[in-house]
Amino acid sequence: MTTTDGSVTDRVVPIKAIPVRHPGRWVAVVILLLLAAMAAHSLITNPKWLWGTFSQYLFTDVVFQGLIKTVWITAAAMAIGIALGIVLAVMRMSPNPVVKTVAWLYIWFFRGTPVLVQVVFWAYLGQLYRYLSLGIPFGPEFIFFRVNDLIPVIMAAVLGLGLNEAAYMAEIVRSGILSVGKGQTEAAEALGMRRITLMRRIVLPQAMRIIVPPTGNEVISMLKTTSILVVIAVTELFTTVQNIYNDNFEQIPLLMVASVWYLVVTTILSVGQFYLERHFGRGVSGTQRIRRKLQMEVPHRDGAI
Amino acid sequence: MTGPSDGTFGAGVPMVLAEDVHKSFGHLEVLDGIDMAVLPGQVAVLLGPSGSGKTTFLRCINHLEKISGGRLSVDGVLVGYRQHGDKLYELRDREVAERRREIGMVFQSFNLFPHMTALGNIMEAQVQVLRRSRGASREKAMALLERVGLADRATYYPSQLSGGQQQRVAIARALAMDPKLMLFDEPTSALDPEMVGEVLDVMRDLATAGMTMLVVTHEIGFAREVADTLVFMDGGQVVESGNPRDVIAHPQHRRTKDFLSKVL
Repeated sequence: MTTTDGSVTDRVVPIKAIPVRHPGRWVAVVILLLLAAMAAHSLITNPKWLWGTFSQYLFTDVVFQGLIKTVWITAAAMAIGIALGIVLAVMRMSPNPVVKTVAWLYIWFFRGTPVLVQVVFWAYLGQLYRYLSLGIPFGPEFIFFRVNDLIPVIMAAVLGLGLNEAAYMAEIVRSGILSVGKGQTEAAEALGMRRITLMRRIVLPQAMRIIVPPTGNEVISMLKTTSILVVIAVTELFTTVQNIYNDNFEQIPLLMVASVWYLVVTTILSVGQFYLERHFGRGVSGTQRIRRKLQMEVPHRDGAI
Repeated sequence: MTGPSDGTFGAGVPMVLAEDVHKSFGHLEVLDGIDMAVLPGQVAVLLGPSGSGKTTFLRCINHLEKISGGRLSVDGVLVGYRQHGDKLYELRDREVAERRREIGMVFQSFNLFPHMTALGNIMEAQVQVLRRSRGASREKAMALLERVGLADRATYYPSQLSGGQQQRVAIARALAMDPKLMLFDEPTSALDPEMVGEVLDVMRDLATAGMTMLVVTHEIGFAREVADTLVFMDGGQVVESGNPRDVIAHPQHRRTKDFLSKVL
């Protein structure tokens, strides 16, 4: 290698060049900072934002209880949605025409009607059918329920949201399953695996890499969709703040309270999604370095399989 | 019908027996009356131009493809069907899966499970299908990795292995099921030239150990050295078969001559 002073060394001399300048970026930053300052100024100086009311209610018990209910309903509805969604997706791809049609009809119905209507339907099921009983069709009945006892309004909320979600999750899971190459199924079949084992052990774990990102979307969307439960008077976060501003008529600060909490939970969920994606990306490029390091530290560890 | 090169036919039931096997995809006749017998312990190499039906025939043997005519049996048991009197009954998925356990298959594109380590790949079906304990499966897997020369790669994911290494893991994965028959579908076609040797070495060892093997390959050298029978296929038919040295040195049919002149 020849260096600038003409002497020959075996060291590589890094190139010294003037990098491309990006003046446009600096202009953009200045404009954005200016806009941000204007927004901040307006937020602080306009008294109608009522920041006093905002801070008064942000950490109150009643708001927390609403928040907890929102999170709880989101978790329960998503649990139903994901579990049933996986079942529906596998059913839809089954070679059995009966099973396939049932799954298709479910998705057709629950995706084709508004979730608001579905939630109200479950809440008012007691008016349609006052009693439910288990027994032989058109014959004797063994167990007998009052529908309103069986499905309290919060259960109606979870059922309505969860069953609707399942239809969407089914399509997400199906797209994940389709993304796994045919060779994987054939290799598993050639090893004598049956369809259920093959799905559970080989296809679904690989499909997860495709399934997780849109599912993260669904969870966040569900969190906010719980606000429609205001129509059946479930006191989740949104209903709670609405009840408050119906009394004190200070809508803006209370909507801000709700928004801040929705944002907080959404942020936490995004972090969780990052780790989930990393977990299901194992064996795929990008995550290998971490793994290899781990293997060198603990060779032949059970969990490494 | 092909006997072993040394003429000893005494081993009883053929491991693979095909009688007038037909297979069509729609109107396309892919297999047009295949007759073949592979005896236990034999190595048969299927050779032929692409589209000649070699791979399809191999896939029919473990029922990845359904045959549309004729009879195909492995170790004296029909593939995909059960016979009662003169009626054939399709097998249930469970029964098909049970029979596949005894037939190992190695694919051109390896098809290792990318979310599992090499060790995990070899353990998986032992645990899930054969219901072996994890300890026993791991021991067997490690022994097989040793056998294919990859004991030090046990905790690597497939994406961290070279093509040749992946294919050797795939062979070990198939062997973990203690198969009585191994099918190889162009096992070296997707490999860089310098990795072909390591995979063929493993296969040669396997043949020496007495495994019954059906191999679709273009490796004429492997066929000449290792195979007991060479079967030349074209247009969904067996054109000729016999001792590989004889067939390669003195092909009887024009189609065989044409093909060999192109690949040799």
